[in-house]
Amino acid sequence: MIRLFKQKERVMNGIFFISAFMSIVSLVLIIVFMFTNGIPVMRKYGFSEFLFGTVWRPTASSPSFGLFPMILGSIYVTLGATMIGVPIGILTAIFMAEYCPNNLYKILKPGISLMASIPSIVYGFFALQLVVPIIRDYIGGNGYSMLTAMLLLAIMILPTVIELSESAIRAVPRSYYNGSIGLGATHERTIFSVMLPAASSGVLSSIVLGIGRAIGETMAVVLIAGNQPIIPDSLLSGVRTLTTNIVLEMSYAAGDHRQALIATGVILFVFILIINSIFIVIKNREDTSE
Amino acid sequence: MNKSKMARGLVYFGASVTFGVLGFIVLFILIKGVPHITPSLFAWNYTTENVSLMPALITTLYVIGGSLLVATPIGVFTAIYLVEYADRSKFVVKVISMAIDTLSAVPSIVYGLFGFLFFVTFLGFQFSLLAGIMTTTIMVLPLIIRSTEEALISVDMSLRQASFALGAGKLRTIFNVVLPVAMPGILSGVILAIGRIIGESAALIYTLGSSTNLPHSVFSSGRTLAVHMYILSSEGFYVNEAYATAVILLILVLALNGLSTLIGRKLAGGGK
Repeated sequence: MIRLFKQKERVMNGIFFISAFMSIVSLVLIIVFMFTNGIPVMRKYGFSEFLFGTVWRPTASSPSFGLFPMILGSIYVTLGATMIGVPIGILTAIFMAEYCPNNLYKILKPGISLMASIPSIVYGFFALQLVVPIIRDYIGGNGYSMLTAMLLLAIMILPTVIELSESAIRAVPRSYYNGSIGLGATHERTIFSVMLPAASSGVLSSIVLGIGRAIGETMAVVLIAGNQPIIPDSLLSGVRTLTTNIVLEMSYAAGDHRQALIATGVILFVFILIINSIFIVIKNREDTSE
Repeated sequence: MNKSKMARGLVYFGASVTFGVLGFIVLFILIKGVPHITPSLFAWNYTTENVSLMPALITTLYVIGGSLLVATPIGVFTAIYLVEYADRSKFVVKVISMAIDTLSAVPSIVYGLFGFLFFVTFLGFQFSLLAGIMTTTIMVLPLIIRSTEEALISVDMSLRQASFALGAGKLRTIFNVVLPVAMPGILSGVILAIGRIIGESAALIYTLGSSTNLPHSVFSSGRTLAVHMYILSSEGFYVNEAYATAVILLILVLALNGLSTLIGRKLAGGGK
């Protein structure tokens, strides 16, 4: 009886471990399949041609797979979105943590979660129907531009930045606040000179996560960015990112062209891995500093 | 004093921009979309006349159901392993934890490509419900693992000790004492997963495909609501129907959010 009992425990222990191991299996499969499909074509045409070539002509008789415009496009759009979205996000997080009256908070907090869960296609459609015409009519160009993509992504990273920054600010010990107020500082000064610096690693990791979200966004951007595979020369010029390059051409690509799109995915994946390692480093620093 | 006022002004400005934009988007979609919600949108079969979203809605439910069926047990078991069994200093445990973090950072388009390469091509599933479900399963796994983990950690140690003291084994303690208390946290993870699947289009378009029919087996293609809406809005022929689809998506997401707020309250109030 007791042996049977022991056996059951051991079997379940095994099942739990195998379940946990599935995450490693999935990640390894993703890496293996992406890299074995993406790397050979990069080697065939040359890594530097892929990374720094400026001409993307995948279906020409002598095809050219320069991803530089898309790499630059992703970086530009992400930087722009971060520059607009992060300040607004942090200010909103400060509002939520330090200014918002309790009864209003009960309404606004679910609002932030709603913002995080609105499907990206709905954001994209909204930008297509409203932001594109506004930019076309009041600023110039045809509306399908880098600026539109930056504005849209700035909105889309807000909930990520707000949620994480808010909890970082809330995690600062209340004694910091009281001490600063006790020394005669105002509420505002305390927040900006004491609370925010104390929460800086949490705020920083929220920014890194926001960057990850912006660089990985696909279906919203493809609707509004114009998608020309050129190096954008102004805010109003069209732009194609790494993600949209994949989704635009995957449906009809074949042969080397298809492999080149997978290589695009590999480059995007490497970007994400770098961003993720930065995130982990910040998180670890936070854990050890306490 | 002046500086303080300016700082306060900035904070209020930032918050008004955020909530202004959110309110504006929601109202814009509702006002433009609600008038176009017609009975013909809910016809059983899709035709180019009615542009029905019903097959897409049902396919969305299939994908949610299928993914949860696979991801929930694996996710919950993983969390149980990490919290109740694993020795955190062991190498393999660290690797598992890192793998989960990395999986949650992978963008959906990369999941889509992987699903296409592995499930659709390598395993030969073609564009199918099965390929779509497996892809979203891997995608939502980290969400379920992390929220279950948090829920398990927050269960009071004394509950476990009391159960052990009464002679219950480890398994019995986990399933009869710990899991019931952690249930609201697990549920909120499941709800997050449902929300992610509803909103997903990039990972599904090259795995589930975009057939307008209702899939009749796990090996036939279909499209979820989000994919349906992507195709409508990129084609540009059915703008009104796209608005209406956006409203349905918003309503689904709002309902889920309401549910998770309710569970959150229960978590804060009950459980003790």
